[in-house]
Amino acid sequence: MSGILLRRVRPLGGDEVDVLVQDGVIAAIGTDLPVVDVEVIEGAGNILLPGLVDLHTHLREPGREDAETVASGTAAAARGGFTAVFAMANTTPVADSAAVVEQVWRLGREIGLCDVHPVGAVSVGLKGEQLAELGTMADSAAQVRVFSDDGNCVSDALLMRRALEYVKAFDGVIAQHAQEPALTAGADMNEGEVSASLGLRGWPRVAEEAIIARDLMLTEYLGSRLHLCHISTAGSVELVRAAKARGVDVSAEVTPHHLMLTEELARSYDPLYKVNPPLRTAEDVEALRDALADGTIDVIGTDHAPHADEDKDCEWGCASFGMLGLQTALSVVVEAMIRTGRLDWAGIADRMSVRPARIGRVENQGRPIVVGEPANLTLIDPDAEWVVDPLELGSLSRNSPFAGRTLPAEIVVTFLRGRPTYRKGAVH
Amino acid sequence: MKRHLLSTADLTRDDALLVLDTAEELARIADRPIKKMPTLRGRTVVNLFYEDSTRTRISFEAAAKRLSADVINFSAKGSSVSKGESLKDTALTLAAMGADVVVVRHPLSGAPHRLAHADWLDAHVVNAGDGTHEHPTQALLDAFTLRRHLRERIDSPDAGSTALDGLHVAIVGDVLHSRVARSNVHLLSTLGARVSLVAPPTLMPLHTEGWASEVSYALDSILPTVDAVMMLRVQNERMNGSFFPSAREYSRRYGLDERRLSLLPDHALVMHPGPMNRGLEISARAADSPRSVVVDQVRNGVSVRMAVLYLLLSGSEPAIGHEEVGA
Repeated sequence: MSGILLRRVRPLGGDEVDVLVQDGVIAAIGTDLPVVDVEVIEGAGNILLPGLVDLHTHLREPGREDAETVASGTAAAARGGFTAVFAMANTTPVADSAAVVEQVWRLGREIGLCDVHPVGAVSVGLKGEQLAELGTMADSAAQVRVFSDDGNCVSDALLMRRALEYVKAFDGVIAQHAQEPALTAGADMNEGEVSASLGLRGWPRVAEEAIIARDLMLTEYLGSRLHLCHISTAGSVELVRAAKARGVDVSAEVTPHHLMLTEELARSYDPLYKVNPPLRTAEDVEALRDALADGTIDVIGTDHAPHADEDKDCEWGCASFGMLGLQTALSVVVEAMIRTGRLDWAGIADRMSVRPARIGRVENQGRPIVVGEPANLTLIDPDAEWVVDPLELGSLSRNSPFAGRTLPAEIVVTFLRGRPTYRKGAVH
Repeated sequence: MKRHLLSTADLTRDDALLVLDTAEELARIADRPIKKMPTLRGRTVVNLFYEDSTRTRISFEAAAKRLSADVINFSAKGSSVSKGESLKDTALTLAAMGADVVVVRHPLSGAPHRLAHADWLDAHVVNAGDGTHEHPTQALLDAFTLRRHLRERIDSPDAGSTALDGLHVAIVGDVLHSRVARSNVHLLSTLGARVSLVAPPTLMPLHTEGWASEVSYALDSILPTVDAVMMLRVQNERMNGSFFPSAREYSRRYGLDERRLSLLPDHALVMHPGPMNRGLEISARAADSPRSVVVDQVRNGVSVRMAVLYLLLSGSEPAIGHEEVGA
């Protein structure tokens, strides 16, 4: 057999059609395509989207292969409907050289479950002092275009200016983790009534907003391009909205967990809910949902952050920051955005595939579902429900904040260049 | 009462009164020649201390021993905070040893909550001070002390036990980092007292909207209106954190010196959870004045902790049968 026929699927949630996937591309689209020499997958009205693209993943390899590897992380990605992930640079050693980014890129290629685009560190060792060899990483086989010290903020204004300027030469983008370090030393959770009552050290919203305000001004002044990682406050949304209205070349990202969860969960002192930036308030969640709906926020970035059990099964104060996200992302976004009527499936495709691919300058992802395009696709059962069981996830780690929750929408098949990388039930 | 004592916010007014009344009964044992009763014979109380706090530890130890419990002191210097044994492994060890109650002092907020709720052990957990969160038995001994000394000034709206209705208590100092303040705000307000928090703005939490207390930055205007003033210890590490310009200035603006002592009504008490920084938040004369009840607080701590251990392990019947009291 040559090819797979997806029968009666709904591209972007539109009318039912048959889609033929052959030789890595979308070979035909139509009604009642002939079933000749193909494998048939009955779509039964399922939703067909371009493969999801995650601008913000931590694969932990090299360095913390006990928490995640490129293999386990991309398996989780395939199961979550992703066909490309951007792997953050805070590994050990740090991805601040061509050697490390090429290693991660090659691992991704060899495993073949999901395209892996390494993010390069902005500064050597993520220390915020000296620019890493951004151009060399851009010119390497990994063709790095996104640079970030994620985990750390590029807090030095001059270094940030230089980085924003320097990457113009190769159409790069600086993805800022906005967190003024002096205002957040030792911070545990959102600063507010809950932190005051729990005696946990506050991470004030202004620590995010002050850096965003500064970087928007720098970006505008320099005519550069800026991406804001995981924005978490209503104030950040307002800053981005105003900057976009002025024409600043900025894109913004929100995580699925910031669209769903609030700081109230910290009352359990369960480090499963410890994350950076911290969970905020219900008002922030509303503002973030509205901003994702109106396009002020461009993309979902999972900030998939696997951690070994011992780094979470402890006191809040000594636990690591971060949550799993790849396999729950689509379902959480469906619950937060589709079930609330804020986005339709075309909107999901735009925020989870088209725009992240464009920001990351990846040309073969986030493409329209038309004949001749690469068959990077994900088929979704919109009516299914599933219970999140951390033991059943593709990740090596278990730190899902959605453990035990029932979530809507399930991935049925993920195609990477025409090859199924996941089919409900098994990773291929 | 709940299964654990983690926060005074978990105590209903009836719970709190039961602890105070039980402590009152148990206090009588302290006046006997033999200060011991067999109530908790065969039970094991573990004092799990991740911070040095000799006074709190010996208070719990004395309380447990007066009730005939076996006491194990576990001083966990190399905690998971410093990458020693994890809290989880320590908890599993204590569970294997058959601890009935774990009294825990920990530098991280919420550690007792984790011990109680993380499925590591099934002992009762008593929070003996966690980070900047709570110190429930300190608040209980403070309430006990207030009730004893100010009984005639308390409104008694119901026929039952006397609470703290109508009292006004000022808590002064580093509210932001104080577990004593948090526990007292909950408990004293539950018992009907009005609570005023006084601190420089840098040492006051930014968001206290939901707290059952009032906030002030001016000590002098509060003092004439209070029935008791509770001075909080200023930790050394705050001196270098730009929370205030200097110890001198702090003392001038928020210290209880002789002039401020004279602003208090005649009956008002001076309290301090200890250990005191004499000359910083409290002058020696204030600490040693007749209105200071600091030593009573320490004494009452043993009775209150006996009551807590007793109620967690033996339920809610009266601690001492009346015939036994009379004997």
